[in-house]
Amino acid sequence: MVEAIKEQIVNLKRHQFLFEELVKRDFKKKYKRTILGMLWSLISPLMQLLVMSIVFTHFFGNHKPHYTIYLFAGNLTYSFFKDSTNGGMNSLMQNANIITKINLPKYMFLLSKNVASLINFGLTLIIFFVFAACDHIPFHPRFFMLIYPVLCLIVFNIGCGFILSALFVIFKDIQYLYDIFTLMLMYLSAIFYYTDSYSERVQQIFYANPLYVYISYIRHIVLDGYIPGALTHILCLVYAVGALAIGALIYKRYNYKFMYYM
Amino acid sequence: MKKIELNDVSVSYIVGDFSNVGLKDVIIQKIKGTYTQKEFLAVDHVNFAIEEGELLGIIGTNGAGKSTLCKVISGIMRPTSGTMAVRGNIASLLELGTGFDGDLTVKENTFLRGAMLGYTREFMNDTYKSIIEFAELEEFQDRKFSHLSSGMKSRLAFSIACLVKPEILILDEVLSVGDGGFRKKSEEKMLEIIKGGATTILVSHSLAQIRRMATKVLWLDKGKQMAFGETEEICDQYEKFLNKKK
Repeated sequence: MVEAIKEQIVNLKRHQFLFEELVKRDFKKKYKRTILGMLWSLISPLMQLLVMSIVFTHFFGNHKPHYTIYLFAGNLTYSFFKDSTNGGMNSLMQNANIITKINLPKYMFLLSKNVASLINFGLTLIIFFVFAACDHIPFHPRFFMLIYPVLCLIVFNIGCGFILSALFVIFKDIQYLYDIFTLMLMYLSAIFYYTDSYSERVQQIFYANPLYVYISYIRHIVLDGYIPGALTHILCLVYAVGALAIGALIYKRYNYKFMYYM
Repeated sequence: MKKIELNDVSVSYIVGDFSNVGLKDVIIQKIKGTYTQKEFLAVDHVNFAIEEGELLGIIGTNGAGKSTLCKVISGIMRPTSGTMAVRGNIASLLELGTGFDGDLTVKENTFLRGAMLGYTREFMNDTYKSIIEFAELEEFQDRKFSHLSSGMKSRLAFSIACLVKPEILILDEVLSVGDGGFRKKSEEKMLEIIKGGATTILVSHSLAQIRRMATKVLWLDKGKQMAFGETEEICDQYEKFLNKKK
């Protein structure tokens, strides 16, 4: 296991130049090299936030304190997950003509896609902190603990990307099924509602949803003012490592079989 | 020492509707029991070995399995059965245009493609100018790649690819590209690399070219190995086979 990881790192070093060039390519293609393109990817989650916040405070009469920040924390995490896994899912097929002609490690294409999503997430996160500050939630050293769920989420996203991209190579309709799945996931992740009105038992079931775990971690830190317990930490890690392990296993096993379907 | 050795190598593709159907179709078919997977032998028990410095020509009609065999030797695909030994670092140029992106500029594409071929950044920085000069694209460096003519594209592709310094070189119909003048220039450049001592596999539809360059020839037909051996002998056999077909 350790040997395999070491080998991968050596491999990654060898392909560093290619990786950088791929990141540049994906980044340029994503934003079409315009300032507006970049701005747009920031404006669109903010618009969504605005609409949701108006709908839920004015029409549904939700007047809990810091509701916008509560909403933002959920939306931010969900958008990153969706963006990153969608990019990951397409990464193999989009580069099919390269993969079938040149002998390169396939995960490079997925990782470079993830870097582009990550940059976007980072920028949104900065806006999140600005919003929080405007909403009288001052920055606290505790916030540095956010690195933990974010790192777990990145690993989780990469793992899911691996799994999805492999499925997408074989089943071309997975795209549509995944769209439906992410929509369902959005409603199940308590992005715009509170879970404390549910019974204890139902609240526990929510923890079966990895995204909910990451979202609530962020909310505990920023809104509730405490660092979650050990169990939450373990859960974050288990989901992330689990997804990555499954994904890596699929890649290892079917690496050469992908070719038959491309 | 044998540089490339193939023992009973076969490659089978999965064909049928499978690759075009979705998950729900597969589930429905599995429930109905009508789910089938057909296999298609693209390369059927191929055996050969070549020594260092030799040039192997692969001939055969379309769909003979030449490109699939090249993919196997390059390490892109694995043989379904059989064993293979390839000793030395490989540069395989299966399609010169691979990896270019229409939205990026000529310069960005040059670096991207160079990275895919395994060059280092330093190497690209040093040779970038000469690549562009060789491709005769000095005035187009900041143009979008998709705005180039197809001849220009293949000139650029070739100019990047011909800098490889491999021990084993695999060329799939890419020996000479572009228009008259460039065609000559590109073939000379490739010959230079081959003569530099690289063990080469050359796929070509030009028998004249194979006769002129190859030291050994492998003839494939519908995946099966028809013959492997001396150039003249097998080229003659192949020519007869082609004439009979007409």
